[in-house]
Amino acid sequence: MKNLNRYGYVFIAPFWIIFLVFSIYPVALTFYYSFTNYTGSGTAQIVGLANYKRLLTDTYFVEAFFNTWKIWGINFALQIGLALLLALIFSDMRMKLKGLAFFRSIFYLPNLITISSVALLFGILLDWQHGSLNMMLLKLGVISDPINWLNEPTTAQLSVSLILTWMWFGHSFIVVMAGVSGISQDYYEAALIDGANRWQTFSKITIPLLKPILLYIMITSLIGGLQLFDLPMLLTDGIGSPDGSLNTMVLYLYNQAFKYNNYGYAAAVAYGLFVITLIFSAFIFKGMYGKERKQPRQV
Amino acid sequence: MIGKPAVNKSITNSVQKPNVIETKTKPKRSMAKLVLYVVLSVMAIVCFIPFLMMLVNATRSNEAILSGFTLIPGSSLVENYQTMMSYINIWAGFKNSLFISVLVTLLSGYFSALTAYGFAFYIFKGKNAMFIFMLVMMMVPGQLGLIGFYELSKNLGILDTYIPLIIPAAASPFVVFFLRQYILTTLHPSLIEAARIDGAGEFKIFHTIAVPIMMPAIATMSIFTFIGSWNNYIMPLVILFSPEKYTLPVLMGFLKGSQVAQNLGSMYLGIAISVVPIMIAFLFLSKYIVNSISAGSIKE
Repeated sequence: MKNLNRYGYVFIAPFWIIFLVFSIYPVALTFYYSFTNYTGSGTAQIVGLANYKRLLTDTYFVEAFFNTWKIWGINFALQIGLALLLALIFSDMRMKLKGLAFFRSIFYLPNLITISSVALLFGILLDWQHGSLNMMLLKLGVISDPINWLNEPTTAQLSVSLILTWMWFGHSFIVVMAGVSGISQDYYEAALIDGANRWQTFSKITIPLLKPILLYIMITSLIGGLQLFDLPMLLTDGIGSPDGSLNTMVLYLYNQAFKYNNYGYAAAVAYGLFVITLIFSAFIFKGMYGKERKQPRQV
Repeated sequence: MIGKPAVNKSITNSVQKPNVIETKTKPKRSMAKLVLYVVLSVMAIVCFIPFLMMLVNATRSNEAILSGFTLIPGSSLVENYQTMMSYINIWAGFKNSLFISVLVTLLSGYFSALTAYGFAFYIFKGKNAMFIFMLVMMMVPGQLGLIGFYELSKNLGILDTYIPLIIPAAASPFVVFFLRQYILTTLHPSLIEAARIDGAGEFKIFHTIAVPIMMPAIATMSIFTFIGSWNNYIMPLVILFSPEKYTLPVLMGFLKGSQVAQNLGSMYLGIAISVVPIMIAFLFLSKYIVNSISAGSIKE
């Protein structure tokens, strides 16, 4: 049967041909461009580390970095907070709430909608004078003056954070619930018998056992969040206004490449973003698992 | 399981604590339940209200929308539709998106299954190295190769075609990884051996034995692949130039800069048309989608 093992190559060949051409080669080509002054036409000249040097001192990139970080951070805190709160409510053995499937579906729905539709929808809903949100809030008496959501740096960033939360907390909730349902009921029954209150049960049983799941949510959310592009692109017509507060790293990359034809520099931005993502992912890993390794295990 | 020591400790600690919960009376608990239902309902309403505004405003005229807020539908649905369609053909975007997403899903499903099977049931040189390399590449964000991808498409002369949006789906590392884990636990090698003894060829075994067994996992991944392709914005934005080839997300961006934006009712209707079919599909598929998300995250 030994000769049959050659079929292994046949089975994986289509994958590798396409993977090499459409994934590996573009990544390598981008890496090469990051050392050149390529402008999309003509020949590329090697400029050494000039693009990377420029990246480190580029105030727009640094600003884009902090914007992306702020928008993602607020969104993530709210998203995971809501997801955990909902999981706490629905996993409570004493409450036995009904309607999990219904609420889960409603909370998850925004995640399925094409993000450009979401951006367009909120672009007009959040309009200062004619937006339905301000009109509704005025009518309900929640605010006395219309809020200029998308034209003030702080509210613009907050708006994007909240839209992202709206889109993603249902997804996180489903993932957290999947993790919760994987925890043995014995722990909860034991806690109930021992008289642990809700908060103790949640913080001492659920959260520690959910650590791998929370890590998964955090890393995937971070990788997605640092690549934030669609919403700011469509809400601001690619400008990143007001005051550059919605200028994110990938929007900057896109504009450098396809608006200003600075392909070489944009390639360096892409690799800068990649390194940043790697560093922060490593930090999260270390933050969640690093400490425990040092402590001796005791059971 | 890293958390276990902490759990054991907390349980032993809490033994000494007085029993607070059990002293609560029944009416108190049903009160708490009511409060929770109210909170959940408010959250559900807040979640749904943007869609509700969208649907209501899609039926109102531009003047009515500018004049004030209401949740009572208007009567301008037909006019709004005619205004929108006179500028852009949203159904063309729908068709393009559907065409691309279906092909992407099929390619990704079939070739990932093929690759996963190759990795799982054959022994060959460099197998582990290739698998590890694939896992490492899985961590690389899509935007990293964007510029190189654009240049490659330009040099191959496939810009403004669907080829760069469809063909790369045949190499989906995450799907391969997921399917490989799945088939290793569900298909026993002795079954393959038996089929070989019966004289079945390698591809026949794959198509008649392995694919049916992998089908639930392929379906799970297909949901993700389809949604991902359907919502993809940056790739078609970079690759496509001709408006008639635009996918729905790109067309939506195009809508914003067009004359339609002058008429808010038509604008809301355009958004609604892009959203409602997804909502209807979700109504029927929500159970599967939720299960897929759960499975995808637990398998990690």
